[in-house]
Amino acid sequence: MQFFLNITLGGIATGMIVSAVALGLVLIFRATNVVNFAQGAMAMITTYVAYDVLRKGANYWLAFVVALAAGLVFGALTQVVLIRPVQGKSPLNAVIVTFGFLIFLEGVAGSIYGSTARNYPAPFSLSGQKIAGTQIAFSPFDVFVVVAVLVLMILMMVLFRGTDLGLRMRAVAFAPEAARLLGVRVRPLLTLGWGLAVAAGAMSALLVVPTSSLTPNFMDIILIYGFTAAVVGGLDSPVGALVGGLVTGLSLAYVGGYIGGSLEPMAALALVVVSLMIRPEGIFARPAARRV
Amino acid sequence: MPILEIEDLSVSYGAVHALSDVSFTAVEGQVTAVLGANGAGKTTLLRTISGLVHPRKGTIRYDGHQLEKMSVEKIVRQGIAHVPEGRSVIEEMTVDENLRLGSLWRFGRRERGAVIDEVYDLFPPLAERRRQHANTLSGGERQMLAIGRALVARPSVLLLDEPSLGLAPIVTARLMAVLRDLTSSSNLIVVLVEQNARSSLSIAQRAVVINLGRVVVCEDAAKVAGDTELRHHYLGY
Repeated sequence: MQFFLNITLGGIATGMIVSAVALGLVLIFRATNVVNFAQGAMAMITTYVAYDVLRKGANYWLAFVVALAAGLVFGALTQVVLIRPVQGKSPLNAVIVTFGFLIFLEGVAGSIYGSTARNYPAPFSLSGQKIAGTQIAFSPFDVFVVVAVLVLMILMMVLFRGTDLGLRMRAVAFAPEAARLLGVRVRPLLTLGWGLAVAAGAMSALLVVPTSSLTPNFMDIILIYGFTAAVVGGLDSPVGALVGGLVTGLSLAYVGGYIGGSLEPMAALALVVVSLMIRPEGIFARPAARRV
Repeated sequence: MPILEIEDLSVSYGAVHALSDVSFTAVEGQVTAVLGANGAGKTTLLRTISGLVHPRKGTIRYDGHQLEKMSVEKIVRQGIAHVPEGRSVIEEMTVDENLRLGSLWRFGRRERGAVIDEVYDLFPPLAERRRQHANTLSGGERQMLAIGRALVARPSVLLLDEPSLGLAPIVTARLMAVLRDLTSSSNLIVVLVEQNARSSLSIAQRAVVINLGRVVVCEDAAKVAGDTELRHHYLGY
């Protein structure tokens, strides 16, 4: 029973991180209708930026803010330079551009920092707590992860559902021409969408890195789980990203705990296949438009 | 009195001439019907006025401004609203969100509620569905929403592209009646593109007939409706 409880708690912590990655993907997809394969690699770059800031003697929270700000700027620049030329063309163009960017960024990071694994500190303890005499595998850092992702989720919901800016961003994503005819200035909103998404990605990388280690490709596997979560939950739903992340995290934890850790990526694939078979648009996506 | 003045307008898509030397004026408080067969260039005309397509030559003037070199966003801010073909409501948003979106550039938070309520008064079926997603609406309701979303910013020029397309005759008649009342009770300039010549001529004061990108007739709507030969030849009824 204690084994099951510990695996479940570990699954929730992993799931929240996966949710954060999925949230970044959903943010870009909702804002610009592009699936960003470079999401993980871009977050890896911002984490190296934070790492350099830490090495210069800054404290954890300053580096945290710098990483998020770097993500905002990096995402906006990427949209202007790389994505704008392929926006509105065949979706495959954007896929190839973001995939190529992933390979490019990992190459650049490797040539600057090498492939040596580096440790990145955590703001809270990483070891489990003893509650009522039982060792629980849920650390203060895991609590921080859960809270940080929930805050990110709520901020996104407020942005998209409750503000004029979010309404404009959704309009641009779903119907760019109709939005322009209603006086929405489209270009700056697409840029902002990318900036916010990469900032969210930067945060998710900061939540991953203390329990993993900093290398040019440390986000690769997490990005795959993030995609799994986004597909399970629905690519255009922030709530779907959270639930999809938890489903993915728990599934991986049970497979890893009861069968074997090396089967985890396979479990993610199985989850994608099953969810595409049962509900291809995702659990929380609205059903496709019905013509009346 | 501000008028929408189109002079010598020519538009090409590559080697294809969609519009050649089109000139006409549309006046306040009147519906100007633009008629013609499929492919005559009617939709291109509206898309050029609203800035989605750039003309090869010619001018579009409204209220002292030259529109043909402005961006879409700027043209909207001159008070020109374009309701494109195909009831382009945003299906992923609710009725209320669609309307709010239309009001954003024009009105502050405080005034928005009142202008949106005016649209609900104009189209009561929308009021009952304000919290529903637009993809749950019927064809007629979608058209009401598309027009209402344009009206919510209180435009001075309304460009409508085939509002009756695919609607039941009774719904079309109701829509046309709303448009007629709206135009006669305000200073709105309405440019109405239609294949359904009979229903648009019934509410229009002026009619422009376009054939293969050229204006063949620019006349009082009543005269066009009364000219049997012209109707047979170009309007198919």
